[in-house]
Amino acid sequence: MVDNFKRSFLVALWFVFLTFPLMVVKVNTLKNIVEWRWINMLWVAIGAFVLSLVWRWAMARRQLKSKAAEIGEEGLVKPGLGQRLLEDPKVFKPVLIVLALVTIVFPLLVDIYQTNIMVLALIFVVLGLGLNITVGLAGLLDLGYVAFFAVGAYTYGVLNTFWGFGFWISLPIGGLMGALFGIALGFPILRLRGDYLAIVTLGFGSIAKIVIENWEEVFNGAKGIAGIPRPGFFGAEMNIASATTYTYYLMILMVLFTIFITNRLKDSRIGRAWMALREDEIACVAMGVDMARTKLSAYAFGAFWAGLVGVVFAARNTYINPNSFTFMESALVLSIVVMGGMGSIIGVIIAALVLILMPEYLRAFSEYRMLMFGAVMVLMMIFRPEGLIANVRRKYAGRTVKTEEANA
Amino acid sequence: MPETQPILETTPIPETRKILLEVKDLTMDFGGLRAVDAVSLNICAGEIVALIGPNGAGKTTFFNCVTGIYKPTGGDVLVHPPEKKTQKINGFKPNRVTTIGMARTFQNIRLFQNMTVLENVMIGRHCRTTTNIVGAIFRGSTTKRQEQETIDICYDLLEKVGLVEFADEFAKNLPYGAQRRLEIARAMATDPFLLLLDEPAAGMNPQETKALDELIVRICNTEQIAILLIEHDMKLVMNISQRIYVMEYGKEIAQGTPADIRSNPKVIEAYLGEDTDA
Amino acid sequence: MEYFLELSSSGLVRGSIYALIALGYTMVYGIIQLINFAHGEIYMIGAFVALIVSGVLTIYGFSGVSILILAGLIAVIYAAAYGYTLEKIAYRPLRNAPRLSPLISAIGMSLFLQNYVLLAQTPDFLPFPALIPDFDFMEPIAHIMGSAELVILVTSAVSMVALTVLIKYTRIGKAMRATQQDMTMARLVGVNVDNVISTTFIIGSVLAAIGGVLVGSYIGQINFYIGFMAGVKAFTAAVLGGIGNIPGAVLGAMVLGLTEAYAAGYISSAYEDVFAFGVLVLILILRPSGLLGKAVTQKV
Repeated sequence: MVDNFKRSFLVALWFVFLTFPLMVVKVNTLKNIVEWRWINMLWVAIGAFVLSLVWRWAMARRQLKSKAAEIGEEGLVKPGLGQRLLEDPKVFKPVLIVLALVTIVFPLLVDIYQTNIMVLALIFVVLGLGLNITVGLAGLLDLGYVAFFAVGAYTYGVLNTFWGFGFWISLPIGGLMGALFGIALGFPILRLRGDYLAIVTLGFGSIAKIVIENWEEVFNGAKGIAGIPRPGFFGAEMNIASATTYTYYLMILMVLFTIFITNRLKDSRIGRAWMALREDEIACVAMGVDMARTKLSAYAFGAFWAGLVGVVFAARNTYINPNSFTFMESALVLSIVVMGGMGSIIGVIIAALVLILMPEYLRAFSEYRMLMFGAVMVLMMIFRPEGLIANVRRKYAGRTVKTEEANA
Repeated sequence: MPETQPILETTPIPETRKILLEVKDLTMDFGGLRAVDAVSLNICAGEIVALIGPNGAGKTTFFNCVTGIYKPTGGDVLVHPPEKKTQKINGFKPNRVTTIGMARTFQNIRLFQNMTVLENVMIGRHCRTTTNIVGAIFRGSTTKRQEQETIDICYDLLEKVGLVEFADEFAKNLPYGAQRRLEIARAMATDPFLLLLDEPAAGMNPQETKALDELIVRICNTEQIAILLIEHDMKLVMNISQRIYVMEYGKEIAQGTPADIRSNPKVIEAYLGEDTDA
Repeated sequence: MEYFLELSSSGLVRGSIYALIALGYTMVYGIIQLINFAHGEIYMIGAFVALIVSGVLTIYGFSGVSILILAGLIAVIYAAAYGYTLEKIAYRPLRNAPRLSPLISAIGMSLFLQNYVLLAQTPDFLPFPALIPDFDFMEPIAHIMGSAELVILVTSAVSMVALTVLIKYTRIGKAMRATQQDMTMARLVGVNVDNVISTTFIIGSVLAAIGGVLVGSYIGQINFYIGFMAGVKAFTAAVLGGIGNIPGAVLGAMVLGLTEAYAAGYISSAYEDVFAFGVLVLILILRPSGLLGKAVTQKV
């Protein structure tokens, strides 16, 4: 114990040293003033001391767990409490019903501002689910996912300004454009290994933004496109409040739609091929799976959702500019997937809601949110790589005959 | 060398047997290094053929060339699938080779660790099923039927290799020997006429090896799948294979029945210092 | 012609900065096959520490070259400390994890460090003092190459030579090469692999910090975000040269720097980054092993 404290004390000292110039000193080179913020040193020391204790405790636990796995007992380790609750139909059903009710009455209980934020959160739910296909299922790390989101948003923006296309026609076009760009960008990078893929997709994301920023004639450059109509409802006149509520319900439907489709695909021949690709590329092709097709379909399918909600995003904001499509957004969606648990649908939904709503409601938190995202990504990878809610493996129906045996 | 007792009577190959795989002068270079040098090999229907040789002889490279993981530098790989046209498959992608009907296992087990045992086998059915994205979304009757068929076939295969009880377990949680058998089941799910096994007994204890022995023979006899295997376990090789090819430093140095190979001076020399009976 | 020379000199300057950062990427990748995504942030932190130190020193009455040397030295020490700590926290626990895990952890670390500097210091651009003095002898060709540019080129060249000597002729260099060849084997013959990896991160960080100080002084302003783009570009350079290959990283960086400079000068500076990425994508498609890299056959 004493030894433990001694080590944490040393760690605290190390971090005091490490953070000294950045946390304590602040210079104003114009006015030639140095500001010494000694109090920060104290916080760093305390923080580092406590965190290092926690860190060592967590590391010890992690080691125990991996040891248990090594001797083949991992299957016996009980799933977490949340997971067990989720799998228990007695708990799951009522929770689902309550959730459904809350979802339906939500816009009636709160003001437009809240509803509008919820719409944004739902948009990110769909983005998370979409990226989850590419990253979580197929294991293709995409750091430029926001590019497809931009494709969708600008598809609507451009179609509307130039040809007066409405929301409903633009919606599927946006999705298809997303998928099309997914395929187009997917082709050259088919052969790339995971980490190269990451950096190239990052490049694509940045290129998309640069192109939008500089192509004044079509995208109106950095000024962006304004006056994009909200979603229409058979030509009915709507004020902002009802249009927002309407968009909210629309997004709820879209989330359900996404869940439905993604689930169907996940439990199909295609979804299995995606997962096999993630697990072992060579074994996957050696078992007769066409790598190019499988990769492209995962890529395009993930991009499709981004394109689709991109259209909704443009309609919600009625204004788009390149600043909504930076690497930060890609990183945000990625942290949603990582935090939610790669491949897990419920996990992604919860993570998206938490990560988008928390900074909105806790203003103090919003300043620190990117910092937290970063930390969360690192910590999740080390301590809970399966995410908040691990992907529950589907048990397949037994054989047509002799079903009992399958359950033995 | 002490005599080994074959568990099944090995029969000499009748001349009329149909050739399935015909490799002619296969050569593979890595930069300046010739890993496989003009190796030729035939496998007929119903046969178990072994490819042996010291470590680094180029056996796995040979496998990789035949199954499309590497593109061979020279030579021909011809397949004569039963009831189908002969094809030259040099440079075919691995998935095409598998679709034609040759499936393999890996020396270092390459299972889909975070998928269930059943799903691992179901991947093998991928190239024999047709559900596309649209089908998967609408899940019509054809898709449902196909899915159920896949499940049935895979359960049957798991039964054959004795893994039914683990069907819903993650592949990574299986014991070592079971993982090797799962790889075989996964390969069999692709409906091959030829199975290529890369050191299937590596790391197994004697009981497991014996069970594997029987499994391989059973696959060959009852499933009508020919087998080419790379193996270091000489007892296994001598027991079950009808013909043996020996490689050393990328070259083929001998071929023949187990009895021929056992008495071949070149082979003995190649294995000098290595216990052939290990 | 003069314009061309001017562009070439600015391209070479860019190239040497990229090279300093790219070396860190390539060395780390060579040893643990990880894209150290947070490497660009180390460069940024190096620049910030130098800025803070030189600010303090200026106020306390130091001047000229003494500031440059002190600030540079402290920046290098801090960058090394950050690089070391980064590896210990974010990568070491993930050494046997699936490939994607350390990469995501690296991206997380990059976000964390950026926002740490943003919150601890400022989101705005800070003016960076011109630490590099003007040399009289550069006067005649100042319109093509200034003193700062000369200092950058010379410093980078010296650093790279030092690195080469270190890797070729010292004990730790030998251990690094052994670990790069085969980590398991290196461990078996008694190389302390953990130390080698730490050292690699430290060396990479030192080089990046040198780049950071030089760039800050040359461009005259920095903010928390400079590491991101520089990092991506440097990585591009490393891939271009053949990742894991040290001379390759330098060559790739020079090619990239010159391409960017010419593209910006003759075509349009707005699309400068597009060219950089275009080069990356082309290289990866046409020659994934890079200019000097060897094609690797994956073992099955």
